[in-house]
Amino acid sequence: MVENRPFLTFLTHAFLILGFLMVALPVYVAIVASTHDVSTLMSGPVPLLPGSHLIENYSTILTSAAAAHGLPNYSHMALNSLIMALAITIGKISISILSAFAIVYFRFPFRLLAFWIIFVTLMLPVEVRIMPTYKIVADLGMLNSWAGLTVPLIASATATFLFRQFFMTVPDELLEAARVDGAGPMKFFRDILLPLSRTNIGALCVILFIYGWVQYLWPLLVTTDPGYYTLMMGMKRMVTVQDGVIEWQLVMAGSVLAMLPPILVVVFMQRLFIRGLTETEK
Amino acid sequence: MAGIHISEVSKIYTGGVKAVSSVSIDIVDGEFIVLVGPSGCGKSTLLRMVAGLEAISAGEVKIAGRVVNQIEPAERDIAMVFQNYALYPHMTVYNNLAYGLKNRGTPKAEIDTRVAEAARMLEITQYLERKPRQLSGGQRQRVAMGRAIVRKPAAFLFDEPLSNLDAKLRVSMRGEIKRLQRRLGTTSIYVTHDQLEAMTLADRLVVLNGGEIEQIGAPLEVYHAPASTFVASFIGSPAMNLVKGELHGDKLAIGPAMIALNGFAPTSGAVTVGVRAEDLRIARDDEEALPFRLEYTEELGAQRLIHGTVGDQQITAAVSPEIALSPEMRIAVDAKRLHFFSIETGKRLPGNVPAEAKLAPVEPVI
Repeated sequence: MVENRPFLTFLTHAFLILGFLMVALPVYVAIVASTHDVSTLMSGPVPLLPGSHLIENYSTILTSAAAAHGLPNYSHMALNSLIMALAITIGKISISILSAFAIVYFRFPFRLLAFWIIFVTLMLPVEVRIMPTYKIVADLGMLNSWAGLTVPLIASATATFLFRQFFMTVPDELLEAARVDGAGPMKFFRDILLPLSRTNIGALCVILFIYGWVQYLWPLLVTTDPGYYTLMMGMKRMVTVQDGVIEWQLVMAGSVLAMLPPILVVVFMQRLFIRGLTETEK
Repeated sequence: MAGIHISEVSKIYTGGVKAVSSVSIDIVDGEFIVLVGPSGCGKSTLLRMVAGLEAISAGEVKIAGRVVNQIEPAERDIAMVFQNYALYPHMTVYNNLAYGLKNRGTPKAEIDTRVAEAARMLEITQYLERKPRQLSGGQRQRVAMGRAIVRKPAAFLFDEPLSNLDAKLRVSMRGEIKRLQRRLGTTSIYVTHDQLEAMTLADRLVVLNGGEIEQIGAPLEVYHAPASTFVASFIGSPAMNLVKGELHGDKLAIGPAMIALNGFAPTSGAVTVGVRAEDLRIARDDEEALPFRLEYTEELGAQRLIHGTVGDQQITAAVSPEIALSPEMRIAVDAKRLHFFSIETGKRLPGNVPAEAKLAPVEPVI
């Protein structure tokens, strides 16, 4: 729709700016809060202009602050988060692309049933099935381990579904041409499907990395060993102090830092990300 | 180089639908066979069974003397050209051509020579580094052909390769396919629904209808002596006129008119009479003729098609554009140009085979 009326232009921009402010303001406040000292933050409303304690706050959170709460180092927790997010991303993509491949290209008994079972689990978020999942993980002795942190989150109905939809749009003749060209199933998968799915994989990487990065409830349940704490858990612990003052400036500094990796992922994969979500060219 | 023997091949889908029933075709080495028929006649299914992309329900396919029923497509020594080209979109033209050879473990140097040779033959050398999406339809079609050529297979299988091209390009690609096939001498099976394509390309035509063979023969044979009303109406444009008639001794009655047959009558009683539009002419005053009521005309330039009725039956005749038209005309046909088909089975009745059908086929010039 191409319309050129000044009033409409004004209105759409007004909404856009309003929306932007609503999204950006909390982030801005977090950044500002991370540059003040604790007394300024406790003595009234959060100031709207940056303060002068930026370097001090950030170096504290990166070096000593976490330890004061019985937590591992900030960098240690960040590394844990990164490992967990990456393991979930890679695991989810490899498993879902392979299961989608199986569902679309192989004829086996109960194929449709398998697909629908996967599809139905889309309706069940982790939180709904968290108790049985916890029980299974505990019985398998996977508490406090990388496997326990990642494996239960690795199967992804959403990604399987997306890959399935994509594979169904790949013309059958391509498979047939590959068969005539002497490519077996796995060769077809590796040489043809995988390169064609590149943009979809890129888009999913972004979404799934962020999903893995912000996991909070599950790591909280399965890990009691501080060695496995992730950033999200660490931040939460710093807020729940028994007596005394919550060091908001440090919590905010930590949060701002925790936002960076997902932002970097989005920035660097933006091109692929947008193409993967919009492109239909084959 | 090899012959292909298709014997009693059937395709029965689960649920009992018979797509192809007991088809037998013997294809000799180097022959260009065209499978032609309306959509749903089983021609593509038959081709895909030869290719190994569909399982064969019954019967046997032999390529170069070897039964291939249970053999994977890649092992059958065939190459296939698809309707939508089926080029690998993420690979360059070079890699598209080379992929099949790489999978076979052909040495790199040989792949290079073969790709270069095929590319030169098809004049796509300058596009080798491009991706398929940067090519036009005709160029993609060439690449698809190239992918078949580099393999040096025993047989080419074409599945309506030209139907995605515009009319002009189709004609020139048609010529090129024919030229290439002659030059390489590779046995080919070509599927199309376009009777003109079928006529122009084929050494022998196989006309399929409802999963069964209606007729196998050289294009002119099929044109001049169609084995059934189906073939008669399918091959040739405009389609052969088919009208109800009745044989009384040596006379044929079509509606109110009677024509003397001069001994060409194969039987007696009701028959379906077939006559090609170009075999009809405006009658001289002194001969027996059919009363023709003109409805409309179509100009083709070299010819003029006149559509009208004889009695209550539709007739189309092709006449010279110079002939003056009037709403009521008399048209005549030589008795030996008539085709007779059984009313019940639609099969051709034995009797006269027009002289042209017995002409020796034109020997290829190349």
